[in-house]
Amino acid sequence: MKMTGAQALIECLRREGVQVIFGYPGGAMLPIYDELYDVADIRHILVRHEQGAAHAADGYARAGGGVGVCMATSGPGATNLVTGIATAYMDSVPIVAVTGQVPTFAIGKDSFQEVDITGITLPITKHNYLITKAEDIPGTVKEAFYIARSGRPGPVLIDFPRDMQQAEIEFEYPESVELPGYRPTTTGHPKMIERAAELLDSARRPAIYGGGGVNSSDAQAELLALAERIDAAVTMTLMGKGGFPEDHELCLGMPGMHGTAYANYALHEADVILAVGTRFDDRVTGKLDMFARNAKFIHIDIDPAEIGKNVVPALPIVGDVKSVLAELLGRVARKRHPEWRKTIDEWKKQYPMRWKGDGLKPQFIVREIHRATKGDAIIVTEVGQNQMWAAQWYPCKRSHQFLSSGGLGTMGYGFPAAIGAQVACPNQVVWDIAGDGSIQMNIQEMATAVANKIPVKIAVLNNGYLGMVRQWQTMFFKNRLSHTDINVGTPDFVKLVEAYGGVGMRVANESEVAPAIEKAMALKDRPCLIDFIIARDENVMPMVPAGGTVDEMLVD
Amino acid sequence: MKHTISVLVNNRPGVLARTASLFARRGFNIDSLAVSTTQDPDISRMTIVVEGPDAVLEQISKQLYKLMDVIKVLDHQDEAVINRELALIKVNAEAGARGEIMQTVSIFRANIVDVSDRSFTIEVTGSADKVDALIGLLNQYGIREMMRTGRIVLSRGGRTA
Ligand SMILES: Cc1ncc(C[n+]2csc(CCOP(=O)(O)OP(=O)(O)O)c2C)c(N)n1
Ligand SMILES: [Mg+2]
Repeated sequence: MKMTGAQALIECLRREGVQVIFGYPGGAMLPIYDELYDVADIRHILVRHEQGAAHAADGYARAGGGVGVCMATSGPGATNLVTGIATAYMDSVPIVAVTGQVPTFAIGKDSFQEVDITGITLPITKHNYLITKAEDIPGTVKEAFYIARSGRPGPVLIDFPRDMQQAEIEFEYPESVELPGYRPTTTGHPKMIERAAELLDSARRPAIYGGGGVNSSDAQAELLALAERIDAAVTMTLMGKGGFPEDHELCLGMPGMHGTAYANYALHEADVILAVGTRFDDRVTGKLDMFARNAKFIHIDIDPAEIGKNVVPALPIVGDVKSVLAELLGRVARKRHPEWRKTIDEWKKQYPMRWKGDGLKPQFIVREIHRATKGDAIIVTEVGQNQMWAAQWYPCKRSHQFLSSGGLGTMGYGFPAAIGAQVACPNQVVWDIAGDGSIQMNIQEMATAVANKIPVKIAVLNNGYLGMVRQWQTMFFKNRLSHTDINVGTPDFVKLVEAYGGVGMRVANESEVAPAIEKAMALKDRPCLIDFIIARDENVMPMVPAGGTVDEMLVD
Repeated sequence: MKHTISVLVNNRPGVLARTASLFARRGFNIDSLAVSTTQDPDISRMTIVVEGPDAVLEQISKQLYKLMDVIKVLDHQDEAVINRELALIKVNAEAGARGEIMQTVSIFRANIVDVSDRSFTIEVTGSADKVDALIGLLNQYGIREMMRTGRIVLSRGGRTA
């Protein structure tokens, strides 16, 4: 069939099952947007800043909607996507970004709104393309989606010159992709799995340290069965949150810098650690050569480059987490470790998670949201203290329930990602746990939420500070609060949200918390923000200082 | 430790930039780099000489494999290889020194490819050691200008990448 490049793109998206595009138009995207004018079966959501489009596509993908799609025009539109693409790259999230580009004959001439976006995104995409022949369009789009979602997922960018959008081609969608240099290993090596089973059988103090790979491969059931069978203590990273039910007796919560004391002690004392879909990030390990130094590691990951990057495991297994865990499950012996459990229970008693002092505490607010949502809501976070409090105090039940910018730590991620998640899961309740600083980084998306009747709920934990930075200044820089007090100038969030057409509330006392949350939960057709004025000097605890060891952990 | 690695890649725009930037990111300085097409016009071959610890190189090799356009990465460390470089050396050649230089050139089975009244331009091919040795000897006359290609390498015997 004959069609234009723009039509071909949309036909390809259709074939890939795309239902939603988050985008923002511009000159170099006019032919594609003209085409979208008549498209009824793919929903286009107009954001108010391209960064919002990238994060929304990311949130859509993380919440389980499949590959997220965002679009932007050339030049500034494309560069505005960059932070969102980098965020998705660091957390291995499958998105496809389509950018407009000046016509092929104008490339390389510093034309109006020309930018080398494939060059710029080279180190932050899994792969990217510049279309230079219109007949390449179907094959390129097919490849892009395949690459984004297979193996270790990640963002792919397609730069689409304007003349390519207008060129006429004979449309034919390829059945398969041929990428000789790309063949992700999905099944683990049987020998290695055998040896891993033996090592687990020999363990006396086994622990599982799970990461984002558990969620992206949907391996929750396998992990649960394995952990129960071998009676291992389980700790899940920020990215792995939800990959193991947090109310389970084996679950120790999060490890690392702001993890629970008992998770960190368990890793420190374990003799065998099964590291699953995780990358030994410095926020988890602290000082690397002191990390879990009594343990032998089994490391399962789909990305061979992760194995041995930070820690050299006794047993490397390259493969898809779900498949490897299933294989492993069939080979390990059922074990009980009462001594080990007892030790852990003592740590739990000695170093419980808690908060102290008076005033409206952020931990209390998160607990109240947990109670009101019965632990079922999709929780998205911004970055900073709010993020850590959300992770610590909202135990999750399932994968794709907790969405947070882990690797890049992008302030401004939460709200647009929450919009994306709500679009992917219209029947779920979505909360963005936010800070007063972060929320201002993409507050313009309030317009997107209002216009599209997206009932995202935002809990601003308002401390009048760039709180996490303030905490470091207090603890490590003699409390010299250099440029972290943002009270002056921060807008009245209630009025601001109302100006957009959303619902705003302010809460300053514990007794008002539950009613405000109830009110927010009742709203189904518009966004809502609750401005919680919290005790401003609250710190996130426990804390292992950057590059530190468990012995340096500050408990409270 | 010096490593010579061969990377087979799809012959597409941007591949060189992707590959080179990986080395830069991990703090590896590329000593030399040679790229050309192969018997298959869709595939290019790069020979890269780098210095760095083995563990880091293994990481780079894994990262290279993550690039869609990289088909194969070979570290020639423990392998018999033929390696060649080519150099063009413009050296001072005053009347009194000409005979001596010509003798040196012939010992090295190099060629004088251009002559002026005060200089020779010498072409030499061979292993890096051989090229180094010739340069060492020519230094005494004063090298005016010089250019070396990157190293290129193939495995010995019937083996192919
Ligand atoms: C885009 C971006 N800029 C700067 C930072 C550094 N940073 C990390 S946390 C933080 C403070 C966040 O303040 P707020 O959103 O109010 O959260 P709080 O820590 O107070 O809960 C800053 C500035 C960042 N992570 N991202
Ligand atoms: Mg704050």
